[in-house]
Amino acid sequence: MTAPLLRLDDLRASVSDGHGERKQVLHGVNLTVAAGEMHVLMGPNGSGKSSLAALLAGREGCEADGGAAQMDGEDILALAPEERAARGLFLAFQYPVEIAGLSLTVFLREIYNRRREREGEAALDPMSFMRVLREEMAALSMDPALTRRAVNAGFSGGEKKRLEVLQMALLRPRLALMDETDSGLDVDALRIVSDAINRHRDGGRGFLLITHYSRLLAGLDPAPDYIHIFDGGRIVRSGGADLARRLEEHGYGALSEVA
Amino acid sequence: MTNSPANTGTVAGTVAVTGKQAAANAPKYQWGFSTDVPTEHAPKGLDENIVRYISAKTNEPEWLLKWRLRAFSRWQKMREPEWSNVNFPPINYQDAYYYAAPKRDKPKSLDEVDPKLLETYEKLGIPLHERAALAGVAVDAVFDSVSVATTFKETLRKAGVIFCPMSEAVREHPELVRKYLGSVVPPGDNKHACLNSAVFTEGSFVYVPPDTRCPMELSTYFRINAAMTGQFERTLIIADRNSYVSYLEGCTAPMRDEHQLHAAVVELVALENAEIRYATVQNWYPGDENGRGGIYNFVTKRGVCKEPNARISWTQVETGSAITWKYPSCILMGEGSSGEFHSIAMTNHRQQADTGTKMLHLAPKTRSRIISKGISSGRSRQSYRGLVRLSPKAKGARNYTQCDSLIIGGEASASTVPYIESACREASVEHEATTSRLPEDQLFYCRQRGLDAETAAALVVNGFCREVLQKLPMEFAVEADRLLRVSLEGAVG
Repeated sequence: MTAPLLRLDDLRASVSDGHGERKQVLHGVNLTVAAGEMHVLMGPNGSGKSSLAALLAGREGCEADGGAAQMDGEDILALAPEERAARGLFLAFQYPVEIAGLSLTVFLREIYNRRREREGEAALDPMSFMRVLREEMAALSMDPALTRRAVNAGFSGGEKKRLEVLQMALLRPRLALMDETDSGLDVDALRIVSDAINRHRDGGRGFLLITHYSRLLAGLDPAPDYIHIFDGGRIVRSGGADLARRLEEHGYGALSEVA
Repeated sequence: MTNSPANTGTVAGTVAVTGKQAAANAPKYQWGFSTDVPTEHAPKGLDENIVRYISAKTNEPEWLLKWRLRAFSRWQKMREPEWSNVNFPPINYQDAYYYAAPKRDKPKSLDEVDPKLLETYEKLGIPLHERAALAGVAVDAVFDSVSVATTFKETLRKAGVIFCPMSEAVREHPELVRKYLGSVVPPGDNKHACLNSAVFTEGSFVYVPPDTRCPMELSTYFRINAAMTGQFERTLIIADRNSYVSYLEGCTAPMRDEHQLHAAVVELVALENAEIRYATVQNWYPGDENGRGGIYNFVTKRGVCKEPNARISWTQVETGSAITWKYPSCILMGEGSSGEFHSIAMTNHRQQADTGTKMLHLAPKTRSRIISKGISSGRSRQSYRGLVRLSPKAKGARNYTQCDSLIIGGEASASTVPYIESACREASVEHEATTSRLPEDQLFYCRQRGLDAETAAALVVNGFCREVLQKLPMEFAVEADRLLRVSLEGAVG
């Protein structure tokens, strides 16, 4: 039997509070995401959802204290962020980072060509890449003028989130962690983003969506395979797509009781 | 004497064997090869006879020999500048050669140039052959002490532009040379400039006549090849009224165990409504990780906006040299004239750089702009040192200065030393400075996308330098970006 795309076993982690103290944020997370599946993590603010995404992507300051995280059976916690990315892990940031002065086009071409080289394809020259980029941006209704800006510099909240989805489209990750990619989007943008996610669901890729709201879920087709309610640094309840609806009606309080 | 472990040799010290390379120690400096051509040296050391020898080599007129001798006698009494934030043992000026030339009769055309020299420049990416020069850049290449070839002479001659080695200018255009040589950087300006005045060999001369836009970018490529040799070129550029010229300067040297001295002088003269843009990509050999070898780059560059509405801009990318001591400056004499200084200085390992600019506002409505980006990593140290002076006459003058320093790792240092002297109430001076570490969140963002730590750092640094890189002509910007990446190797991760 092949190992699942992502497997978390009793994963515990802590973050630095900035004053030299560590605070435990994950209290034993168990989760298995098979190739082709979409999982949604929902939970109140401060429940540790974003910490889980940060830990899996390898952000400095967020460290595992116990348990395991594996991709395809390989421990990823010991890998550098770029090595995890090379194995197909992608994080759509909740707060995308601005890189002053760095041309967005140069940045995107660099990450795109690096992915191609990893996959044994030749790097694209700037002109050919520009064509690819324009196409992908059009699919996300992004203003082509953004390519002349620096990475995330002066981007609106919605533009930043779309840029994350654009990078996902360029990198074609096997496992996409999307941290509140829906927050800050208006109705139209939300539809564009959910359409883009739908296009990437080709049966082989895995998704772990983190969100507060069920409104993103309405646009997802096919519907997510699993909904997990996250609270107090772990998954307290799991179910199918209908769990999101019940959550909407009853709130986290009622559903956080461990079933 | 300050004891600095970074620089244990003297200039052109005793370690070297001619032709020996330190390449094995530091494979990252890809310009570190040397070319095996028979070389003619002046005797080692420096005295009046050496000055006469150098002057006689190009049959200089009597006035220039006298000018050199006066500078030499003055130099003997001068002290080295001690105010900069760099450390090195006293220089033994007697332990170096002041003239080195590939041994061969002076070539009359490119076809007569030693093929080995042409090959060297090809390796360096300098297109000497006109048919290869697709970029349309006219090049004067200086190999040790002599000019090897000046390309595109004919095109320039048609436009009336004079672009030739300094020795030729002395012969062919003595009235211009005599009028302007030393007019911006007088021999007694500082000890390094004074030494240059006494022993300079080659460098480029440019004259752009009135109402002329120079039809192509001009470029000089400096190469120190011979061991234990100093390079003392002197460049003089004159832009007559309503003219424009853009000039690029590049430099490399083989890797050698000893320190080598480069004491150049560059003088720019912009007359009424003329514009000179001067860009440098300096990549002299920086020494190895432990500070052994490398070029001492002690350079005096200054331009004068002599008449109204003249414009001078300096753009520099400094990644090389063991020690850089360099302050390209502008004297703003003409009303409404402007000076700009855009700089990227990048140091790694044991490199030391003390660099910046002077903007002297001597007339009304003069403007200056200073953008300095410093990146220090390894155990290097770096200072921005700048002076903005506004004379009582500088009514309505404006200056804007922005100095940003980026520090990589825990052992590098950066400091900013801005001097502002204003004797004019009706002038404005703005100064902004930042010092920061390489931002972790930006690096993480790049690495999450699959870029390794060094590439991530290079991209973030590229962004940090953007304002200055944009000022460079296209080919130079690409070259500069590549140099920044090379210089960052081993600095992160």
